[in-house]
Amino acid sequence: MKLDVNGRAVEVTAEPTTPLLYVLRDELGLNAAKFGCGLGQCGACTVLADGEAIFSCLTPISVLQGRRIRTVEGLGTADKPGPMQRAFIDMQAAQCGYCIPGMMMRAQALLERKADASEEDIRGALQPNLCRCGTHMRIVRAAVRAGELMRGKS
Amino acid sequence: MNRREFIATGGALIVSFALPARAQQKLPGSLEKAPMIDSWIRVAADGRITVFTGKAELGQGLKTALLQIAADQLAVDMKAIELVTADTALTPNEGYTAGSNSMKDSGTAILNAAAQAREILLSQAAKQLDLPVEKLSVQNGQVLASDGRRVGYGALVQGELLHVRAAPESRLRRSHTLIGTPVQRVDIPAKVTGGVAYVHDLRLPDMVHARVVRPPSYGATLKSVEREPVANMAGVVKIVRDGSFLGVIAAREWTAVQAMRALRARAVWEEQRKLPRDIYATLAALPSQDTVIAGADAALPTGHVIEAAYTRPYQIHGAIGPACAVGRYENGALTIWTHSQGVYPLRGALAELMAMPPERIHCIHMEGSGCYGHNAADDVAADAALLARALPGKPVRVQWMREDEHAWEPFGPAMLSKARAALDAAGNVSGFQYEVWSNTHSSRPGKAGELAASWSLQKPFQPSPPRPIPQPEGGGDRNAIPLYKFPATRVTHHFIPEMPLRVSALRALGAYMNIFSLESFVDELAAAANADPVDFRLRHLDDPRARAVIEFAAERFGWRTYAKRNGRGRGFAFARYKNLAAYAAIAMEVDVERDTGELRVLRVVAAVDSGEAVNPDGIRNQIEGGIMQSLSWTTFEAVMYDDKRITSRDWGTYPILRFSHVPQTVEVHVIDRPGEHFLGTGEAAQGPTAGALANALAHATGVRVRELPFSPRRLKQLLAA
Repeated sequence: MKLDVNGRAVEVTAEPTTPLLYVLRDELGLNAAKFGCGLGQCGACTVLADGEAIFSCLTPISVLQGRRIRTVEGLGTADKPGPMQRAFIDMQAAQCGYCIPGMMMRAQALLERKADASEEDIRGALQPNLCRCGTHMRIVRAAVRAGELMRGKS
Repeated sequence: MNRREFIATGGALIVSFALPARAQQKLPGSLEKAPMIDSWIRVAADGRITVFTGKAELGQGLKTALLQIAADQLAVDMKAIELVTADTALTPNEGYTAGSNSMKDSGTAILNAAAQAREILLSQAAKQLDLPVEKLSVQNGQVLASDGRRVGYGALVQGELLHVRAAPESRLRRSHTLIGTPVQRVDIPAKVTGGVAYVHDLRLPDMVHARVVRPPSYGATLKSVEREPVANMAGVVKIVRDGSFLGVIAAREWTAVQAMRALRARAVWEEQRKLPRDIYATLAALPSQDTVIAGADAALPTGHVIEAAYTRPYQIHGAIGPACAVGRYENGALTIWTHSQGVYPLRGALAELMAMPPERIHCIHMEGSGCYGHNAADDVAADAALLARALPGKPVRVQWMREDEHAWEPFGPAMLSKARAALDAAGNVSGFQYEVWSNTHSSRPGKAGELAASWSLQKPFQPSPPRPIPQPEGGGDRNAIPLYKFPATRVTHHFIPEMPLRVSALRALGAYMNIFSLESFVDELAAAANADPVDFRLRHLDDPRARAVIEFAAERFGWRTYAKRNGRGRGFAFARYKNLAAYAAIAMEVDVERDTGELRVLRVVAAVDSGEAVNPDGIRNQIEGGIMQSLSWTTFEAVMYDDKRITSRDWGTYPILRFSHVPQTVEVHVIDRPGEHFLGTGEAAQGPTAGALANALAHATGVRVRELPFSPRRLKQLLAA
């Protein structure tokens, strides 16, 4: 099967029923999306499919052919972080950080849909995602900041 | 101030603490356990510096703070230092990364070892350059001489220069270039860009994946399992069974998950019905070991007596990422990559479990999802060890499933407490009595019987007899002794050895429940005395640092000018964690919907004193996190079970805080105390948050809730009554 991951066409050998998360992690060696619950209750596995935030732990790759899949690795690198990554670093918005890639992708989906999303919008959009360290305030601030960076404010 | 006390060197202020001379002076922090300087600091001939800590990064920012300390004292850039964390082959044995002790233990050790290493390098340079030390200074990894000559640290280190025993006192550099600065965390860039940040991300050549079919309930035994159909699934490498321990190894992770589910569907278990119906009645009835930990001679309060009782259910650590480990067994040696909080104690437990000499086992810490105490990290390491031995030569990665984590991790213990106090005519406390009932708060490994897999083996292990953690830190009785100056204070710890459910250390241990109880009760006393809760606390407190955080939080919150509105209320609470670590005071405002029982925290203001603040932003992050986690525990969380099984097995049946219940604002103010000891911070906010929430809820509604959690269902019932 062919998948479009972070703008790259990749051939994968996993069964079509395999949830995307396992393909990203085990076959493509991408670390950002995480296993949290396998139930769509925590959002640690959140990635984008055609700009929409999805639970990769539940979504079989069979329904993702021809859709643009994006993960945190597609937002930038440690040397050249994209606006969302820059914002999370600037706001020091992580403790253990395990939930953070999922938070970033859900915020990314919102800001791409609604560039001037308010703090209220961000809190609403992040509702499906859980954080256990209690980094919520910083996550919200980082997403607000990411919106500013994307709109060209420095 | 004389020259010995106060010496300026190379622009950096050096302070030497003159401690009272004792026959055998203790070494600072963990230097007492590992006294050689090169156990902590090594300098290579090319000038590269390596710092070693036996503590682990748990997401609390420890690596950054330790690098700040070492770089500050060695006068180098943080980037010039490689930091090696908990590893049984490389680092000192500092036990567990727990109890908010890492800065006190390891931070203090590295502070002193780095300062002493710098002094040794300076003396060596003095010899090489034939100049007195006073003519030398340090900068960027070099010693500079007043005549312009310079020599790198690497060129100074010969033979075993740093292989010397540390001295009890150090000349500390007070340059304030790094210590006290909100340096950005070194681990965050990898975490936000998909770097290898966790043991979960470790991919070794030829690595295979495994899952364990955990028993459906405590003590369940595996009667039979049909293995053939699963063994024949494409990609299944091996099914491993030892007694009731059942695991499956596959080439791919998703195959391992499917094979585990297929095995689980074919497993027949014999289960026991032995979980308690009413845990609080059960705890009160179980035999206990009773210790009066304060005021054995104090008379019971009489006169205007006020009494109250409080309960706390079992609660989970609930890491977002289930526990994971990678094991490799080769030529009679075992390597385990683990997010355990204690690599050395884990090694000891694995040695017993596997009947191997400890020196044949190498435990390497890698970060995991935040743990907040003793969760399943050690258990999954044992799974990995057992499964790796069944498939020698191949690295085996094991991760728990969500339901494993929710049902099998050791919970924070259910507890109950009773408080009783008398007020005198002036409204001051004249007598105070507090009792707490609890299981142990540590069943951490050290022995094989603390590892979940060990109970299922053909030759099973028994858990060690549970023990209380002694005062002054305490376990179930942590923070059971109020810091307030109450006359005739008597505190009793009822330690209950028998554990109806598996329990161990959950962040703050008994302090969460005891501070919730005491701070709720102090407000009840203040109300009976017609006193303002903040004033009432202050008039029973002498400790100036305690008073300072209370006054600071009250002032920033606007306590004195607060105007009460319908449905809203304010609450205050204070504690010094363990009565010996960080001080924290918290004020908050809540809004309660009577019809639904919906409780929302609007704003929180905290003031914290962690002694000398190495990384103020790290402290703020920890306190914010502690507040938010405690809001979650206090508002939502309780483990559910029937007489046989744990029934809260996911985030649907065990809900935690989501963004809809995150406060509008959370302010954390750090009171820095340069020169004071580092005080542990990671567990300072949980108890005061619960107390402040209880008090705000009472202020908003007039209803005092003494049972945790304050779930919408419970509140709706109480508010309707």
